[in-house]
Amino acid sequence: MESVKRPLSPHLQIYKPQLTSILSITHRGTGIFLSLGALLLTCWLVGLATGEEAFNSLQLHASAWYGKIGLAAFVFSFYFHLGNGIRHLFWDAGKGLEITTVYKTGYACIAISIILSIITLFLGGTI
Amino acid sequence: MSLRSPIGRVRGLGSAKEGVHHWWSQRLTALALVPLSLWFIYSLVMVTGADYATVVAWLANPLHAVLMLLFIISLYYHAALGLQVVIEDYIDSEWQKIACLILVKFLALLAGLSAAIAVLKVYLGL
Repeated sequence: MESVKRPLSPHLQIYKPQLTSILSITHRGTGIFLSLGALLLTCWLVGLATGEEAFNSLQLHASAWYGKIGLAAFVFSFYFHLGNGIRHLFWDAGKGLEITTVYKTGYACIAISIILSIITLFLGGTI
Repeated sequence: MSLRSPIGRVRGLGSAKEGVHHWWSQRLTALALVPLSLWFIYSLVMVTGADYATVVAWLANPLHAVLMLLFIISLYYHAALGLQVVIEDYIDSEWQKIACLILVKFLALLAGLSAAIAVLKVYLGL
């Protein structure tokens, strides 16, 4: 196994990036990232249950510059994973699998994620 | 008409040794998370910048506590299932794969249960 170093299919290094493949791997990436966000949700809730002091120190991190960048990344990842997840549910039902529709919903998913992220972050006072 | 051979049907589950349970659970939790996560984001925006007492009072509301518990359960179940697929796809070594799968499942239970207990503590005012 170790001796033969041939490139593996699907030859990602020479494969032209396409919207479909990029959104597919982004779905995975955002899913992994949001799992980390779930751990932060646990921290936030445990902080809330622990008491005022613990909660306030967590809030301090959330309103710091790195907290805001993190929140923005989580919010965008959330909307993207939600939108793309809905695309997946439709595909599972056998709908929207025509290539033109796949591209339309793909671009729509990106646009909607960006717009909803900006609105959410604005309403939440992050930006 | 099924294209599967009779012996294939009898054995039923193929090399994976299981059926569609994982796939179906992933979709069910996804479906549940659509309204629950939107509610969660809406709530976060609502309580942003609020002080400790306000957030405690918000979570002490039975409706909010129930929705938060449902959100936590669906979220961690969905995350564990999703991470499982990623690990199975990308980790070659069998023992590393199993170690990661166990770690993800234990961590999801630990973090999910901790979050749920925290919600109950606030809700019950303990």
